[in-house]
Amino acid sequence: MKHDFQALRLDAVTRRFAGAGGKAFNALQELTLTIKRGEFIALLGPSGCGKSTALNCIAGLLPLSGGSIWLDATRIDTLPPEKRGFGMVFQNYALFPHMSVERNVGFGLRMRGAAGSEIARRVGRALKLVQLIGQEHKLPGQLSGGQQQRVAIARAIVIEPPLILMDEPLSNLDAKLRLETRSEIRRIHRELGRSTVYVTHDQDEALSLADRIVVMKDGVVQQIASPQEVYGEPANLAVARFMGYRNVLDMAIEAQNGDRVTLAAGNIRLIGARKQALVGERASVAIRPEEIALGEGPGGENTIAGHVDNVEYCGRDSLIDVMTPSGTRLHVRAPTHIALGESVHVHVPVERALVYADESA
Amino acid sequence: MTQAHALARAPFDRTLLLVVPAAAFMLLLFIYPFLYGLGLSFEPKEGGALGNYSHFFTTDNLWPTIWTTLRLALPATLINVGLALPIAYKMRIKTRYQRWITTILVVPITLGTVLIAEGALTYFGPKGWLSQTLQLSHIYDGPIRLTHNYWGVLISLVISGFPFAFLLILSYITGIDPVLARAAATLGADPAAQFRHIYLPLLAPGLAMCFCLAFVQAFSVFPSAVLLGSPAGPTRVISIAAYEAAFEQYDYSLASAIAMIMGFVQLLIVAAVLGLRNLFYRGPVVGGKG
Repeated sequence: MKHDFQALRLDAVTRRFAGAGGKAFNALQELTLTIKRGEFIALLGPSGCGKSTALNCIAGLLPLSGGSIWLDATRIDTLPPEKRGFGMVFQNYALFPHMSVERNVGFGLRMRGAAGSEIARRVGRALKLVQLIGQEHKLPGQLSGGQQQRVAIARAIVIEPPLILMDEPLSNLDAKLRLETRSEIRRIHRELGRSTVYVTHDQDEALSLADRIVVMKDGVVQQIASPQEVYGEPANLAVARFMGYRNVLDMAIEAQNGDRVTLAAGNIRLIGARKQALVGERASVAIRPEEIALGEGPGGENTIAGHVDNVEYCGRDSLIDVMTPSGTRLHVRAPTHIALGESVHVHVPVERALVYADESA
Repeated sequence: MTQAHALARAPFDRTLLLVVPAAAFMLLLFIYPFLYGLGLSFEPKEGGALGNYSHFFTTDNLWPTIWTTLRLALPATLINVGLALPIAYKMRIKTRYQRWITTILVVPITLGTVLIAEGALTYFGPKGWLSQTLQLSHIYDGPIRLTHNYWGVLISLVISGFPFAFLLILSYITGIDPVLARAAATLGADPAAQFRHIYLPLLAPGLAMCFCLAFVQAFSVFPSAVLLGSPAGPTRVISIAAYEAAFEQYDYSLASAIAMIMGFVQLLIVAAVLGLRNLFYRGPVVGGKG
């Protein structure tokens, strides 16, 4: 397999599995995506959303039920994994337990029939890149989880693949190590200048690492966009919920003026920004806790009154639950100390109250 | 002092007492008879303490039984392990048919050796189905002699020993994380290389163990050597010699000595194979955190 490429193109890639009672279900439905050279793509979604299925389809570990995969002008979905030449980092590392670190990392080169001196040189360089010099002769069982993870990364990149596939590589590490390894992965990606497809269920990981994020749910792509866009302008309510829009209010539509929508529910009246075509008389408003401010809005617009029902201290700020007189609970994140039961006003900026089609519609 | 502290200091863990029944069982039913037999073997009817042993190694119808038995047991073990390995490897992936094939392969384990010998006698015999089919269809017209000779015993050792080797190897193979082979595939290893570089080295210790168990089983062959072989000639195995000494000549002392020699030969082979096993990686066969 050649080592350089311009783009990897997934064309309506579909994978069906036999489900309970012999009924087939689509684990992955018509994923169409073009990955450019040098790009870092994150497949993001809750477990069971089809992201790992997509990764295994690209790697060749799962045959497709439909669609095709192209590396430039070469169709590759018909090739077995060993002919595709993509590097893969597995969730449980999948290091060969009977081989030293050195032999693990050199495995791909040996399979390609590289000369001994060449293998030694490139393995040394890969181990330096992941900062594992001095551990060459240890067996994987003698390494810590973080070191094993780095061996797995070195083993995948040493073959200089056009594409590196990572399946939740940080999920087995503790919080501190996860942050460190995350920046390592980003650095290695930059240094190699190849493409990376990274599967995760963690929004923070996807936002901090990726150039583009593919948000998935139930095997269907919900949104393909930059981290900024996925964070700020989710394509639909499912993406919004997943990206941390914890306040989702079901409200009646009172008026529409351009993309401004006026909504009401109980004693709450809100003006929001429309993000989806609305049908019927109801709509859902999604608001991030950190985008609700304590206090009155300018001119009293988009101001909601209530009392503090719960406070969780989080260090830099607090998570405050505000209960309105009509019984709606709002999650607010604010850098304020506030007493339980206190009466407050909160204010939602019009631009940050995102209006989506009603869920039940 | 809290209970945790008490546990940390306790000089004796009383749950260890649970091992007593098993230890007593071993002592009474294995170690004592073994030592008794060992002692008996040094008290020959005539001659010094080593009289039985020198008799065995100087008598022409005794010492060659070692070779006769090895000539049957080693090929049978190699065939069983060699056949079981590729079949078990194929069976490692769960398929619809796996359960059925496994069941069919394992059925012979439920049959006794005598039953197998009786069945084989009719099936493989000169008037049996096999030779009649071959001759009627003119695939092979010459006389087919698969019973009352070396081949009859070998066939019966394979039939009775294969399921055992197969089950053992299957359990070793399914214990190897299949993700390792997938990782090897993404690194460029085709299925043959995956087997050679991943499965085989990780299986090697298990294969050695399987070889030892299958060998010990085959080396103590008795019923099929009598029923399917020619116990006076080419399949006069060592257990027949011991049987004759004990129950035809009523020389328990010589019989004990033959049994000791038999055990010693088995021990030699097992020790050699387990020694080779130490050359391989013997740790856990998963590739990281599960």
